[in-house]
Amino acid sequence: MGREGEVVAELLAEYERAHPGIRVEVQQLPWSAAHEKLLTAFAGDSTPDLCQLGNTWIPEFVALGALTPLDAYVAESSTIDAADYFPGIWATNRVDGKLYGVPWYVDTRLLFYRRDLLAQAGFDAPPRTWAEWTTMLAAIKQRRAAGQYGIVLPANEFEPLVALALQQDDPILRDDDRYGNFRSAGFSRALDFYAGMHKKGYTPPSAADTSNVWNEFGRGHFVFYISGPWNIGEFKRRLPSELQQAWMTAPLPGADGPGASIAGGSSLVIFRKSRNADAAWQVIQYLSRPDVQRRFHALTGDLPPRRRAWHDGALADDVHAQAFREQLERVKPTPQVPEWERIANEIRLVTERVVHGDLTVAQGEAELNARTDRILEKRRWLLERRSAP
Amino acid sequence: MKRATAGWWFVAPALAVIGIFFVLPVAAALLVSFTDFDIYALADIRNLRVVGLRNYVRLLETPEFWHALGNTLYFVVVGVPLSIAASLGTALLLDSRLARATSFFRTALFMPVVTTLVAVAVIWRYLLNTRYGLINYALGRLGVAPIDWLGDPHWAMPAIILFAVWKSFGYNMVILFAGLQSIPRELYEAARMDGASVLQQFRYITVPSLAPILLMVSILTIAGHFQLFAEPYVMTQGGPLQSTVSVLYFMYEEGFKWWNLGSASAVAFLLFLLIFAVTVVQLWLAPRRAVVA
Repeated sequence: MGREGEVVAELLAEYERAHPGIRVEVQQLPWSAAHEKLLTAFAGDSTPDLCQLGNTWIPEFVALGALTPLDAYVAESSTIDAADYFPGIWATNRVDGKLYGVPWYVDTRLLFYRRDLLAQAGFDAPPRTWAEWTTMLAAIKQRRAAGQYGIVLPANEFEPLVALALQQDDPILRDDDRYGNFRSAGFSRALDFYAGMHKKGYTPPSAADTSNVWNEFGRGHFVFYISGPWNIGEFKRRLPSELQQAWMTAPLPGADGPGASIAGGSSLVIFRKSRNADAAWQVIQYLSRPDVQRRFHALTGDLPPRRRAWHDGALADDVHAQAFREQLERVKPTPQVPEWERIANEIRLVTERVVHGDLTVAQGEAELNARTDRILEKRRWLLERRSAP
Repeated sequence: MKRATAGWWFVAPALAVIGIFFVLPVAAALLVSFTDFDIYALADIRNLRVVGLRNYVRLLETPEFWHALGNTLYFVVVGVPLSIAASLGTALLLDSRLARATSFFRTALFMPVVTTLVAVAVIWRYLLNTRYGLINYALGRLGVAPIDWLGDPHWAMPAIILFAVWKSFGYNMVILFAGLQSIPRELYEAARMDGASVLQQFRYITVPSLAPILLMVSILTIAGHFQLFAEPYVMTQGGPLQSTVSVLYFMYEEGFKWWNLGSASAVAFLLFLLIFAVTVVQLWLAPRRAVVA
């Protein structure tokens, strides 16, 4: 899917040369259409053997019974060693105690920041706690540099808030993911902090002002930006050379000490209907080899999910990737229910209204609980029926 | 009796095709709209529940649905008159005695209708670009500050309307042009001899003669505009701030993004009822308007 689809064709051409018995046919899908296309393929009984799946989609395809459990394969594999993978990422592939995917590349969110602007405000290191972070944001505001803001939190992204919520001890959903848990003290703290950054004027007033984050970041319109690994490449490409020393990445601050973040990324899965499951597994093993993963990183900039792939090569020398390496030890999966993407969408919509001031934090939490409970109604019914018979 | 039987045999193939590809799916969708068909039901049909009218009730309680309906009405109320005015205007120009190279212009103006929507949408995205777009460049010459057409919630729908009118006016233009050509020239000659002005000729000859065609064109255009989908899907993906989410777009997300086919079918039937009601009202108003004219 996306750029990975093009690159994997290149990697697999080599694989085919080494294994004349196996011919891999790659079909590329744009991300925006992939989910729909795969569900339609499932309904029409024409799923592929092997597929890349965003790891938040795994619970949904497991609910469909569309995926093959991989525990037995992994147990026998000499290439794939579960302990070598970042535990939070590996966990996203386990649903109800069974493994359904092997992580292919990872995605998480952390801080990108302007080192020079932070130094001007009087700080020589990035924040590690929310308190430090707030102090810095306040100091940046205090300087009243024209058109400069502390942080940009785009209204069309739910990830920053969800990352802050995952740092809390309270889970996002409760009672075996039957209900929303948005009125918990933990989520409250996260939403309060998040909305507070807007209310205290640390963010630019209009989303339209940051239509091009790379430009705005380059011009110094904001100091902090929460984003993912793809922006390492984007900033290197788009920022002028004199600014290349001025930006850096840092792990996401937590309430007290370095915090967790989202365990995102893509996994490789085998569909249950596959008639070439063994060959598909061979391909997964090939793509999971640390040397192949390093090449994959060189071609795409995607970060590998296993520690050994980080040991040497370009990745070990990449200063901007180091914060990701550290953060990946502290990533947590989002709730593993098929309804999660829809709930995440509601989190984004309701948070937007809280930030605009249409709802208070408490009203927003109640609204989120109401919407989530409605979305999860079917899940509750299914769970009760399963336990009833 | 026998003749009638033979007749049924002749239309049977057509009826079979309509039955299989139209009646059956519509009936199935109606049934699905009374259930909570979703991915769980797709996995195992025993997970399907019959919920009666609950999908409909829930939709009417959902603010996003009303928001989508509001956006669609905005598009219909502004877009339809603009579209018909553009069609009629160009048809009159083509029909004018002063017009030269009529067939060239007729083809050129019809061109947007036969172009591929996705391809021209890409071009329009360039035209509407805030910084490099030709439209903002022209407005800049007139002293208007650049407008963030597709990024500003207030301007996104006008931009979509502009694009949709441009894309579709040629179709009605051809129909209206044919209608204009069928009006006897003698009527205009007689009117001119009686000293009628151009405006009066338009008011008392052109409009009444075109009335049945205008009615048909307006019914088709309104029904078409209610089904707004492809333009926002390609140009804005419903954004910014949900300002270009139409009813069909809402249905698409409900059905193919969240895979709630039951609820999506209910949206489809609500939209059908709405279009049907509007059409009935139009037909009911029409004869009176003809009398007044």
